[in-house]
Amino acid sequence: MRLGLVQGEAPKEFSVFSESSVDQQGVATSGIDYIFSAKEIRKTFPGVVALDKVSINIRPGQVHALMGENGAGKSTMMKIIAGIYIPDKGTLFFKGEPLVLKSPRDALNKGIAMIHQELNLFAHMTVAENIWIGREPRNVLGLVDHGELRDRTAKLFADLAIDIDPEAELGSLSIANRQMVEIAKAVSFNSDLLIMDEPTSAITDKEVEHLFRIIGSLKSQGKAIIYITHKMDEIFQIADEISIFRDGTHIVTKPASKFDHNSLIAAMVGRELNQVFPKEEVPIGGIALQVKDLARESAFSNINFDVRFGEILGVAGLMGSGRTEIMDSLFGVYPADSGEIHFNGKKLNIKSPKDAIKAGMAFLTEDRKQSGLFLSLSVGENMQIASLPLHSSLGFVRQKEVDELCSDMSKKLKVKTPGLYEIIENLSGGNQQKVLLARWLLNTPKLLILDEPTRGVDVGAKAEIHKLITQLAKQGAAIIMISSELPEVLGMSDRVMVVYDGKVGGILSRQEATQEKIMTLASGVEL
Amino acid sequence: MSNSVPFEKVDKVETLKKKRWALPQEFSIFLVLIGIGLVFEALGWIIRSESFLYNPDGLLIMVLQVSEIGLIAVGVTMVIIAGGIDLSSGSIVALAAMVAASLAQVSGYDRAIYPGLTDLPFLIPVLAGVAVGGLAGLVNGSLVVKSKVPPFIVTLGMMVSARGLARYYTEGQPVSMLTDSYTSIGGGANPVIIFIAAVVLFHIVMRYTRFGKCLYAIGGNTQAARVSGINVGRNLIAVYTIAGLLAGLAGVVVSARAQTGQSGMGMSYELDAIAAAVIGGTSVSSGGIGRVTGTLIGALILGVISSGFTFLGIDSYIQEIIKGIIIVAAVVADQIRKKRTR
Ligand SMILES: Nc1ncnc2c1ncn2[C@@H]1O[C@H](COP(=O)(O)OP(=O)(O)OP(=O)(O)O)[C@@H](O)[C@H]1O
Ligand SMILES: [Mg+2]
Repeated sequence: MRLGLVQGEAPKEFSVFSESSVDQQGVATSGIDYIFSAKEIRKTFPGVVALDKVSINIRPGQVHALMGENGAGKSTMMKIIAGIYIPDKGTLFFKGEPLVLKSPRDALNKGIAMIHQELNLFAHMTVAENIWIGREPRNVLGLVDHGELRDRTAKLFADLAIDIDPEAELGSLSIANRQMVEIAKAVSFNSDLLIMDEPTSAITDKEVEHLFRIIGSLKSQGKAIIYITHKMDEIFQIADEISIFRDGTHIVTKPASKFDHNSLIAAMVGRELNQVFPKEEVPIGGIALQVKDLARESAFSNINFDVRFGEILGVAGLMGSGRTEIMDSLFGVYPADSGEIHFNGKKLNIKSPKDAIKAGMAFLTEDRKQSGLFLSLSVGENMQIASLPLHSSLGFVRQKEVDELCSDMSKKLKVKTPGLYEIIENLSGGNQQKVLLARWLLNTPKLLILDEPTRGVDVGAKAEIHKLITQLAKQGAAIIMISSELPEVLGMSDRVMVVYDGKVGGILSRQEATQEKIMTLASGVEL
Repeated sequence: MSNSVPFEKVDKVETLKKKRWALPQEFSIFLVLIGIGLVFEALGWIIRSESFLYNPDGLLIMVLQVSEIGLIAVGVTMVIIAGGIDLSSGSIVALAAMVAASLAQVSGYDRAIYPGLTDLPFLIPVLAGVAVGGLAGLVNGSLVVKSKVPPFIVTLGMMVSARGLARYYTEGQPVSMLTDSYTSIGGGANPVIIFIAAVVLFHIVMRYTRFGKCLYAIGGNTQAARVSGINVGRNLIAVYTIAGLLAGLAGVVVSARAQTGQSGMGMSYELDAIAAAVIGGTSVSSGGIGRVTGTLIGALILGVISSGFTFLGIDSYIQEIIKGIIIVAAVVADQIRKKRTR
């Protein structure tokens, strides 16, 4: 049923929505059950109305999920609740009192904490320092008490069953572990309202389960949680209530049990949607990439695989399994120590990404903030940076030509932005992701390596991206796609390579591949 | 479907127009320049009963001074945009001035540095001065890239060494008796023309060439730039070298205008150059932000302030105090402007 169209049922759902919005107001007037309410919030940015007349009510001891397309205004609303943005209009109520927030610190002091969509940690500080920054325990001399700092962190991690060394430098952790640190940090404030903005976009199923256990225990302590995600399967597992935003307005709030998969999507996108792009059989050509005995110290060893032109090779594995590291080396970000890479019949000596790009490869990296985005530059500049060599003569960029390509690509990927000139930092997370994907699609690669390509992207755009990837394969490109979402891997791939502990755990054909087999291989058990 | 009100199709995938009509970023800072000029004009009438702006001689002197700092500031701006910093430009001015002047002396002067190399065509000292500057910049860039020592330290070292070298070159003696063809480079409005040419050239480089775009990218996020296939090292070496070349050229202009080469020339020019860049909107705290044209206006603001104070007869120590305040105020104003989206 997951793959089905929303059809026929839709009109019935529409009427349910209109009922519930009445219902919504009825409840709002009683107002006692709520720990937090926002009324008629409006927030504008230059050229953008991010939120208009948005009201939500949050109950204690419940998970309130927030859903909507990329750029719908979810993060903006959360940043208002966490004291980061000041609304243009509207009022907030917390524990029955009107709430005016002067700063994020103010919100924390009052009992509202937030896990941000983008990680906000300091790479050169230890895990413990990161968690307690600004509120470090101090000794009699007023200096930071490092022993106490470590003990507190250890206790926090023990409570949450997190297995990370408090003394490790944050920069040495995987993204998934950094995300766990961010979660622990938010929990450590012991807030009554905890906002989680796409906390699972960077972690695998194992950590997701872990997070859900943490959420469960927070709920039982009567804490309220606002939870944003684009992952449909999570929603019904975790949410008690669901609110839907669209284009900066609040569409509907209902108990999760009153939604089903299709009605949820229909409410989000406001139209019928073929949300899963079906796998297309594409003729598979000759060998594009052949990797022989590739190894890099303390990351991976003995890596052997190949990809053919027109083929999509899915790559699965747990966090820290080495799947990202292998791709980093293929692309020359951190060159391999030994082994051979043959591409298009030639042996390559890849020392830097420049070499890889010259050979016709492209690589969408996993960590968009660290190795993807130029936050201070415009959407257009971000999109075209990798294909400038294709569009310049004598060092001068043929600006009109690239701008047109960028415009086309933005439209195809439905990037929500006032224009190519907008500074990319001002785009919503999902839209930033689309711009990065566009960067590499514009490069017309012969081998496209995608590390979590649809991370933080909404359901509609996801289908669109899958379609573009398939189109590229059809045109003969070879594609390697890492994804933590097994349905995505299973749905898109011709073959699936599972990585475990820096080694290839196994390679499954499309026919063989199942969720169970992948999970088995990913946990190091041989089939 | 009649009750499908919340479902009207709001497909807001706008046509991505190239640019919404907007004032250029430099506009606000340009207004500041005009404002400061008018304040001095008013004060001029009040205090001295004279016009500050309608004073061709005074303005020419101001613009000439701005040109020297400005020439350096163009290079410094580019380095800062690429995420670096250059503290060595003032010292490079001195070194280039000494070397160039030593090759520009007239014959029949018994204390010539190179008695056999006198009365040379002016192009030779010019090229020598520029080359010395370029070489110093190349050393800066190579050290920054290869040794991974922060640019602040590398260029601080160069600042001290290049100044020492300039002094050592003639054991502190000034180099005078320069050829007319050489000194004419600093004559009339030539320095201004050279400066404007550099601004136009590097404005085009930064806006319309791949190299310029790569510098913005490197300053914005070095790792992402590398992953995007940019040769970070080569571009950084190039930008430090360009900054050195421009400082060398400034050394030529300075010595030609003063008709002498002195090892004390260009003292603390690097700070004025950085100030001009910062006032013009280049961000020292995060790379990838800034414009050469902003720096032009920043340099003019500095020039107007110091010539305005001199015009009003204000003590030079007080001038420095106020200049410092204005630099910080410019950055604060910029931060406030940015924060307003909160
Ligand atoms: N600081 C800002 N300046 C300008 N525009 C902004 C800013 N922050 C957000 N916006 C705009 O407001 C709109 C809502 O953005 P928001 O980040 O809230 O979306 P979102 O629902 O969280 O999307 P996503 O699912 O992609 O994270 C977007 O169009 C975005 O471009
Ligand atoms: Mg968001």
